[in-house]
Amino acid sequence: MGDSQIIQISNLVKDYAMGKQFFRALHDVNLSINTGEFCGLVGPSGSGKTTLLNIIGALDNPTGGDIIIMNNSIKDLKNKQAAKLRNESIGFIFQTYNLLPVYTVFENVEFPLLLLKKSKKEREEAVMRALEWVGLSDKVNSRPNQLSGGESQRVAVARAMVKLPRIVLADEPTANLDAANSHNILQTMLKLNLELKTTFIFATHDEKVIRYLRRKVALSDGNVINDIIMN
Amino acid sequence: MLLLKLAFRNITHAGVRTWLNIIVLSFAFVLIVLTEGLYDGMLQQVRDAEIDSNIGGGQFWQKDYDPYNPFSIELSHSEIPANLKMEIEKGNATAVLITSASIFPRNHIQSVQFKGIDPDQKIVNLPVYILKNETDSSIIPGIIGSRMAKSTGLQADDIVSARWRNINGTFDAGDIKIIKVINTEVKSIDNDQIWIPLKKLRDMMQAPQQATLIILNKNISEIPINNSEWIFKDHKYLLKYLNENIDRKRIYSTFMFVLLIGMALLAVFDTQVLAIFKRRKEIGTLMALGMTKWDVIVLYTLEGCIMGILSFIAGFLYGFPLLTYLAKKGIVLPQIIENTQFSILRILYPKYGLKLYVLTSLILFISVTIVSFLPTHRITKLKPSDALKGKLT
Repeated sequence: MGDSQIIQISNLVKDYAMGKQFFRALHDVNLSINTGEFCGLVGPSGSGKTTLLNIIGALDNPTGGDIIIMNNSIKDLKNKQAAKLRNESIGFIFQTYNLLPVYTVFENVEFPLLLLKKSKKEREEAVMRALEWVGLSDKVNSRPNQLSGGESQRVAVARAMVKLPRIVLADEPTANLDAANSHNILQTMLKLNLELKTTFIFATHDEKVIRYLRRKVALSDGNVINDIIMN
Repeated sequence: MLLLKLAFRNITHAGVRTWLNIIVLSFAFVLIVLTEGLYDGMLQQVRDAEIDSNIGGGQFWQKDYDPYNPFSIELSHSEIPANLKMEIEKGNATAVLITSASIFPRNHIQSVQFKGIDPDQKIVNLPVYILKNETDSSIIPGIIGSRMAKSTGLQADDIVSARWRNINGTFDAGDIKIIKVINTEVKSIDNDQIWIPLKKLRDMMQAPQQATLIILNKNISEIPINNSEWIFKDHKYLLKYLNENIDRKRIYSTFMFVLLIGMALLAVFDTQVLAIFKRRKEIGTLMALGMTKWDVIVLYTLEGCIMGILSFIAGFLYGFPLLTYLAKKGIVLPQIIENTQFSILRILYPKYGLKLYVLTSLILFISVTIVSFLPTHRITKLKPSDALKGKLT
């Protein structure tokens, strides 16, 4: 694994049990992703993008092959180690935002830092900085149910970025947003990618997102059928 | 510490769900304390009344006396030993002479016991001093309890014919005037009994200086005597049947305790199951943000525990004044309660000790913790990716 290489995927296979049968969601996927990439796993529904994203994020285990993320083999990680990896190095952005409903915007963004046991001062500074990035400094005390879809997703971006992770995984981040909000979110993520050198990996079939990607890994029926790096 | 903070934050931010649980739990807590307090209070009152009105500090029984053998009654009387006589004269004890008799109320025959007691005695709480009010020496003055009055139809100032045998076995008869019907809580001094002056009964039985039992003052637990005719019966013996009866009643109280705890725990269990189902996506998010499965389990269990603690606080806030008020004023029981095996308690004073509070709190807290933990075991089988999809595997 080279210095700039952050993710190395080798012969990755993922099977799902369906009764007594197995459904193969990923077939021998081989891929390497470098630090600071802004890339996307693209393809239609059922192509295996979310499955691959979940395994990269240590939310699921591979059936065969392996993924090495920052020198950690996903298949060898214990539950606690996987949680530590997610906590320290990976930020997640979900299609449905997944904000914690009983917390305020501030508390939602603060949450990963609480798990990292950061001091109150560090937390406050980091949360306000992250909310400034996404332009929501004035919404610190709002609850998720008081936010629009675009605002909720910006909070989710702030939550993913607040701990300055090495990798951000975004699963269909614009699927529930209109064009203007999608553009706004993607601009923000692109800016953070450029400024902080954070690696962004998207799972998407949204053209609005695909236009922003600098690398497109096309998946179909669990196979990588194309890998295009844009200049 | 972090999980505790998060659990507290989740609980306080969860709104109606939390408050509903707290209300149910605190209500169960207050109700359990009240139910147990009522039982403890009732049992204490029954014991106190029994000691106060019947057994005093203990009793010396004439050796043949067996209250459960009617054939022994007529034989069980002897002269009072000298040292017990002294105690009676000093006001530390009182003598009771008992014999079987028959009365004829409403043209029916009914077996009763005559109990002779000194009207001036102050050992047991019986208003027998009223017996002194009857000045007609040809009449036998008597006091009966309300149960006896009910079963015979006798009322105050009624005169009823009676027949008894003296110690030689000869039948004799006379009229008894009911001086007063007393409302006593103690069944054992009421049913089928007529209290008459000791001297009168001794004359009727031709048994001067004799007694069946000697009741000691409440503050005296035993007087040593060297007389095989008289046997000392302490509280342990005299309250044996009452205690056994109480123990049987305890089963009902335990049943109520389990029922109330069960209902409260069911509410907590349901909430937890529902919470895990409803919050599975949240569980997935928490794991994605870096929590382990065990962190989530501890978080959910802590939420249940905190709910338990908040319930105790809520229960204490509204329950303490209510329970204290009830303990002071008592609870007036309906007439229907009179048909129990126990003494009649017209006003029941609940009694709550620190032990009751601590034990109830502890049992409820431990149960809530266990019940909060049980449904969370499903989380250990949950894959974060499935939880995020809203699946429960």
